[in-house]
Order: sequence, then structure tokens, then C-alpha cells
Amino acid sequence: MRRAYFKDNRIAYLLVAPQLLIIFVFFYWPTGEALFWAFTLEQPWGGGNEWVGLDNLNAVLSDGRYWNAVVVSVIFALASTALAMGMALILAIFADRQLRGYKFYRIGMIWPYAIAAPAVGLAFRFVFNPDAGIMSYLNTISADVWNPTLNGTHALIMIVVAGAWKQVAYNFIFFLAGLQSIPKSITEAGAMDGASVLRRVRDLQLPLLAPTFFFLLVINITDSFTDSFGIVDVMTQGGPARATDLLVYKIYTDGFKGLDYSGAAAQSIILMSLVILLTVFQFRYIERRVHYTG
Amino acid sequence: MIERTPILNVATHVIMFSGLLLLLVPVWFAFVASTHTMQAVNAIPPEFLPGDQFFTNIEAAWTRADFATKFVNSMIVAVGVVVGKVAIAAITAFSIVFFNYRLRQLAFWMVFITLMLPLEVRIVPTFAVAANALSPFQVLMNLFGITALVEAVSGVRVELNWNLLNSYTGLILPLVATATGTFLYRQFFLTIPDELVEAAKMDGAGPIRFLRDTLIPLSKTNMAALATIMFVFAWNQYLWPLLVITDTANFGVVVVELGRLIPDMTTTGGGIPEWHTAMAATLIVMVPPLLVVVLMQRWFVRGLINTDK
Repeated sequence: MRRAYFKDNRIAYLLVAPQLLIIFVFFYWPTGEALFWAFTLEQPWGGGNEWVGLDNLNAVLSDGRYWNAVVVSVIFALASTALAMGMALILAIFADRQLRGYKFYRIGMIWPYAIAAPAVGLAFRFVFNPDAGIMSYLNTISADVWNPTLNGTHALIMIVVAGAWKQVAYNFIFFLAGLQSIPKSITEAGAMDGASVLRRVRDLQLPLLAPTFFFLLVINITDSFTDSFGIVDVMTQGGPARATDLLVYKIYTDGFKGLDYSGAAAQSIILMSLVILLTVFQFRYIERRVHYTG
Repeated sequence: MIERTPILNVATHVIMFSGLLLLLVPVWFAFVASTHTMQAVNAIPPEFLPGDQFFTNIEAAWTRADFATKFVNSMIVAVGVVVGKVAIAAITAFSIVFFNYRLRQLAFWMVFITLMLPLEVRIVPTFAVAANALSPFQVLMNLFGITALVEAVSGVRVELNWNLLNSYTGLILPLVATATGTFLYRQFFLTIPDELVEAAKMDGAGPIRFLRDTLIPLSKTNMAALATIMFVFAWNQYLWPLLVITDTANFGVVVVELGRLIPDMTTTGGGIPEWHTAMAATLIVMVPPLLVVVLMQRWFVRGLINTDK
């Protein structure tokens, strides 16, 4: 605990004011307004908002298209997270052996983090394009073996791959950092006991990596709910036939294309609660992670 | 290396190398597409090796998407977010750590909570605020009768209006409104020993002097780490600029422009998509954040891990 403080609290207030002002205007106010909109309905010819209680939420929850978005989002979250984390974990474990070329491999795994979601989306859209890209080879066998513009499953696979690709770097960085924070003495003790490299991976490194794993699991799922907008908008725009209509994308289309602010706000509130829940859950694991690293 | 494992070493290299190739796939084909003519790109079977049209396509993409203006805009936004964040986060953390006032904990938690909700989930109301950034104050003033009071006294009705749509401020400010950096600084400031503060006070240095002459020089690595992350974050923003900027000719940013290059998104549509220029544009847009990450790799990794961004 700190004991030495500066005395002049007026300066302190002055220094903290800019950030508080900005987050008040751009964070707390909008969040509050979302709550307000979620429980009211705007009058068609002005005249303020009418209190409608849970009607907006009920309307959202009884909408089949909303549940479709929920299902699509969950599939997307689980599939892209599993893919990204699985690949990152394998690569990190082998990179951690620090053989020759380690630095080169490391940067080779990290750079995708720099690429903007729409750029990733556009590049993958080309790769997966049924008429021009690499996958168009499949269509020479027989027409429409692969066609994400018409087939919902194909479209979903496409955005899962793009979403996972974008996340590999982030996971890799954290897994590698987690592996490198495991004390060398543990590995060496394992080796002295005759455990082979792979045995040490299974019985020492993986269990010690558990906190990082849970931390990343939550971050990846949260990110897939929020960060996926760019990919969907550039690759599929939610189509075909809403097969890739993720929650965050539906909020955008309902709010800005459909101009249904109350409906979009109600959906935002649900998504916010979900993200907050996941984050609260995550902080418990962050604490565990801190315990591990000392 | 503890033991000799020649077979496993070969396997390691094979796995790492295939990982690299797998990650390179989309970029490689984007690159290949950007080096061919439209006919060659749309031909079946597709090309696997680069052609000779690279510079023609880059030039075409550059002019077609009007990147000359948009690159500058993206740069202004990215640098604005970096500078804003590095500065504001530093003074906020300084205030929270080195002073002892009553609302300190409250201020800390207010900032901390913003970590939870990314811009995307509160996009609709945030957009409404951007149309008039002073509307919260107007509502509050109306609510507490200040507007009515002022009107009664002076006869002037106060109408606060500050439209952020189609402006750099509108692009930058909401992106600064999160706690990422504040946290990074706070963790670091907490490790500064009390003795340093005491020494500064004994030497007659006030808080501002201490911040400028002691803390900021000590925080250089943290600043670099935060700056790299925020640059990539700001440059890659898509949804926010997509909404806030309708005047794309003057205020458009490159990443949003990408989405417009392939006009027809979903099913069938007019014309053959011009993949060759679209892919060239994709490559152009990738370059600045890629350079930042590769050249500042050390700070970038450190910042990423410490901010939990």
C-alpha cells in the first residue's frame, strides 16, 4: 500500500476529469440510454418515448430470427474459438522448444494480429469464392459443390475460418507467454525423472497452462461476439438467408437499417449482459493466473 | 535444450512450418490475385503464382479507392487515438495512484468498468450521442431545471449542440473512451517506490514536476507498448467509422473503403467482381499496422499481455 501522496487534491481532480468526462459521454450515457430505449418505445410523430416495460424484450425473445442469430453466434463462437485456440496451443508448445529459427517462427505467428477484420474477410472471400478463388476448383468437379453465396453451411464455415485465422496470433502470444512463465526448474526436474518431451508437455506444461487457457477461452468467446462484425459485413452480410446473421450484426441491421432503436437496444442489453457475465467469470480466472505467475 | 531429440526436432520444424504456411494462405492468394489481370484472376483453374501486374493493380486500387486522402485520414485517426490514449491514460492513472482523495476508488471503478463493454455492443446509443456529444448535458440541465432557470433569468434558451458526425473528433474520441491504457499505467505506477515520491517532495517538486521529470521518463516502455497496440486497434476500426462518416470523400478511412471495393456482397449481381484491384487494396491497407507490429514486436507483445486487450 502506498503511503506517500501528493497533497493538492485539486490537481488530482483536474487530471482525472478528462477521462471521466469522455467515458461519461461515450460510455455511461449511451449504456444508460440503451437501457432506457430497451424499456420504452419511441412515438412515431415525436412526443417522447412511451414506457412499455418488458414488451421490447419479449418481442425480441419471441422472434424466431433472434434465436436464429443466437444459434449462429454460439456456433460461430465455439467453432472459431476451438479452431483458433487449438492451432495456437499446438504452435505455441512447439515454438516454446526454442529450436533454431524460433524468432522467425514467432514473428511468423504474430503478424496476423495486425490485419484488420475487413481485410481478413476480403482476402478469405476471395480464397473461398465459388467462381474465382482456390475453392472454385471444387466446382469443376460438379457445379455448386462449394458455394458459400448460396449454401448457409458453407458461408458459416467460411466466416468461422476467417474469424479463427484472425484470433490465432493473439492466442499464440498468450500461450507462449504462459509457457515461458513456467519455471525452467520444473521442466528440468521432469527430465531428470525420465519424462520425455511429450510427456512433459502432457503432465507438466498443459496443466500449468490451465489458467491461461480459461482466460483465453473467455476472451475468445467475448471477442467473437463483438469483433466479428467486420468479417461478417465484408464476407456475407449475414446471408445467405440469415445463415451468418450474428448477434452483433443483427443489432446493426435492426438499429441502422431497420431503424428499430428499441428492438436494437433490447438486443444490445441482452448482449451486454452476456459479455459482462463472461467478463466477471473471467476475472476470477485472471486472479488465478496471477497466483500462478507469482 | 535438455536432451537430444532429433526426430522430434524435425517434427517440430515441420509443424511450425506448416503453421506458417497455413497462416500465409489468404495473404498469399490475395497477393497472387493482385498481380494478375482481371481475366487471369477470374479464370478457372485459378493462378497459384504471381504475375506481372502488381504495380498496375496497386496503382489502380490506389486511385479507385482514393487512398491518397483516406490514408491521411486513417493516419490522423490512428495517431489521434494513440496520442489521446497515451496522454489521458497517463494523467488518469497518475491521479488515481499518487493522490489520496475521497472519490479516488470511485473514479478507478468507473474507469475500470469500461473494460467490460466494447464499442460494438453499445453501438446504437453511442452513435446517437455522436450526433450531439453535448446531449447528455442538455438532458441533465433540463432535468435539474437549469435550462428553465437560465431562460427565466436571461431570456435565452440554452441549446447545446456539438455534432461529431463527419469529423475527426467523432472518429477519435469514442475510441479513447476505454480503460485499456489507464490500467497499464496504474499497474506500473503501483511499482514505483514511495521513497521516490518522498524524495521528489523533499526536493520541492510538485506533482506535475514529478509526473514530467520522473514518471514519464520511467514509463517510456509502457508508452511504446500502449502506442503500438492502440495504433493497430485504431487503424483497424471498421464499424464505428462506417457509421460516423457519411462524407466518405473527405473523412473516409481506408479500412471502410475496402468493404466498398467489391460492390455486390451476397449472391449474384452485375458484372465480374474486380478481385485484382480489391486484393491490391487489401494489401495496401494491411501494410501500416503490419509494419508497426513487426518492427515494434517486443513492445507490442509486452503491451498486449499487460493490458489484456
